[in-house]
Amino acid sequence: MAESAQPLSARARLAVTAGKAAAAVSRAAGRGSGSGIGGRGALKPDPDLLARLAGHLDVVLVSATNGKTTTTRLIAEALRAGGEVVSNALGANMPAGITSALSDGSDARYGVLEVDEKYLAGVARDVSPKAIALLNLSRDQLDRAAETRMLAERWREGLQGSKATVIANADDPLVVWAASSSPNVVWVAAGQEWKDDAWSCPSCGGGLDRPDDVTWRCAECGFGRRAPTGVLSGDKVLDPPGAPWQIRLQLPGRANRATAAIAAAVAATFGIPPQVALERMQAVAAVAGRYDVVGYQGRDIRLLLAKNPAGWLETFSLIDPPPTPVILSVNARGADGTDTSWLWDVDYTRLAGHPIAVIGDRRLDLAVRLEVAGVGFRVCDTLQEAVQQSPPGRIEAIANYTAFQDMRRTVGN
Amino acid sequence: MSSSGLRVVWVYPDLLSTYGDQGNVLVVERRARQRGLTVERVDVRSDQPVPTSGDIYLVGGGEDRPQRLAAERLRRDGGLTRAHENGAIIFSVCAGYQILGHEFINDLGQREPGLGLLDVISVRGGGERCVGDVLADVDETLALPQLTGFENHQGVTQLGPGVRPFARVRLGNGNGTGDGTEGAWSGTVFGTYMHGPVLARNPQIADLLLRLTLDVPALPAGDDRWYDALRAERVAAATQPA
Repeated sequence: MAESAQPLSARARLAVTAGKAAAAVSRAAGRGSGSGIGGRGALKPDPDLLARLAGHLDVVLVSATNGKTTTTRLIAEALRAGGEVVSNALGANMPAGITSALSDGSDARYGVLEVDEKYLAGVARDVSPKAIALLNLSRDQLDRAAETRMLAERWREGLQGSKATVIANADDPLVVWAASSSPNVVWVAAGQEWKDDAWSCPSCGGGLDRPDDVTWRCAECGFGRRAPTGVLSGDKVLDPPGAPWQIRLQLPGRANRATAAIAAAVAATFGIPPQVALERMQAVAAVAGRYDVVGYQGRDIRLLLAKNPAGWLETFSLIDPPPTPVILSVNARGADGTDTSWLWDVDYTRLAGHPIAVIGDRRLDLAVRLEVAGVGFRVCDTLQEAVQQSPPGRIEAIANYTAFQDMRRTVGN
Repeated sequence: MSSSGLRVVWVYPDLLSTYGDQGNVLVVERRARQRGLTVERVDVRSDQPVPTSGDIYLVGGGEDRPQRLAAERLRRDGGLTRAHENGAIIFSVCAGYQILGHEFINDLGQREPGLGLLDVISVRGGGERCVGDVLADVDETLALPQLTGFENHQGVTQLGPGVRPFARVRLGNGNGTGDGTEGAWSGTVFGTYMHGPVLARNPQIADLLLRLTLDVPALPAGDDRWYDALRAERVAAATQPA
């Protein structure tokens, strides 16, 4: 462990070993990758472990409501142009999972870490990051998370006095408010389709004027969008220092182009030219199963993860048009949040024309939601049943967190 | 109801729509249309005047600061109070329920005046937030089936003599007063802590709002297959926690 930097104490080494043992048990028990469990074991014996494991790394933290795992992956791909990278690539994004991931990183130069929104301020304090990428903030799992604006406030407090360069989305008012406490921000206009969490000013509560699709400004206190140094426009980033950046990705959709734009800006702060970074990102075809197209029962199922209203909105905009069949799966287990109210913030009329099947623990919530939306659907007990009712060819399968994991297991992804 | 049809007013979606509150609007709208009514849905942002000629007003839940801003703007505007005086039906949820009362505790920890349309006073509970599934028996004078919903709040709402409890909880917290009451109602004004899309799980309450508006004892039955299935599942889940 960590021979290249400060040696770990005997206690820390023991903690890492204990954590790894717990992870191995978790993997053997079939409970996932083990990266969440391993870290939990590791943290208990030594709370300073995270800081020490990160000590020799150039650390990038990535946080957002949506797109954390993909952005983390794209940044990791980009930074590999400059050296070895350690990353919590499987999405274990609380301090425990981060510790577990870093315990494998003794030879790495960069640490690229996805951080749960609630823990960003604390992790940023512990690991002294060089860069922090902030993409978006919107309503998500309000039965167990704080209010969305409270999260922005915690970010804002946590970033105050941080030495990190913050790469932030200039199009999300909550992100702009959070990031603007930092003295060193690179603003990227990466877009934000979902606007329903930012009708009032994060700073004073006044109404936000949105005279067009891009501009927003508080009518009362004047807080508004910052001038970006890069603007995502189609598949290009315009107006960065130097030539426009061309984005070519295998990953589909506008949200992933936004993600790539932010990731390229992060890479640039480490001296990696954006075009080199973007070229490396092109190699990514799927991220922890997301966007993977899997052959199953003679159909090609594209696996899409969407966990909250903003995520579903972005996902609807990237699926193939009708008559491509769509399977929707929703659970409400612990990791999903136990409250399904958010389904009513999703505009399911966007799926009109697609044959729709609903599955998952909470398929009856989906059934009522679609009934009220006036969109036709079938309720199926299993993925197999839903797939068998579709003609051969592409199927778009959209699921929230644990439903997505269930689906991956079923199709052998 | 005017000759042009049913006017459903969603009050302040920019401030009071934290989590699925649109569901109540969509359910009322859908069930009215299914009964052959013409529906005009009016979403009123907090920088717009609240129309006084609506039939049904839906007021949703919100975070602490938006709740204060909503109360300030509704008091200043006066439209919702005038609509009430005109006999409109008002159905409110969570933060909206507190705003309809005499006062609540705002995000600054101060007593904030409400609209006084319900004889209730809300304070902030000292304990844990009330989060989870709720099962409750609705006031028998309303003749409705069991209430199933989800609560997520830290309020404690004391009912005055001018209202009746909307329901009595079997499971969950409701008003947080420890006496088992949940929500409040009086005449044409209703308040509940069941948040967001409570009408999706309790379509009979949506029908109650329509019956009161139309002043009819019953509505034509619809195809409630999926609502019934969802209700049965949620009631079973609430009574047999995993």
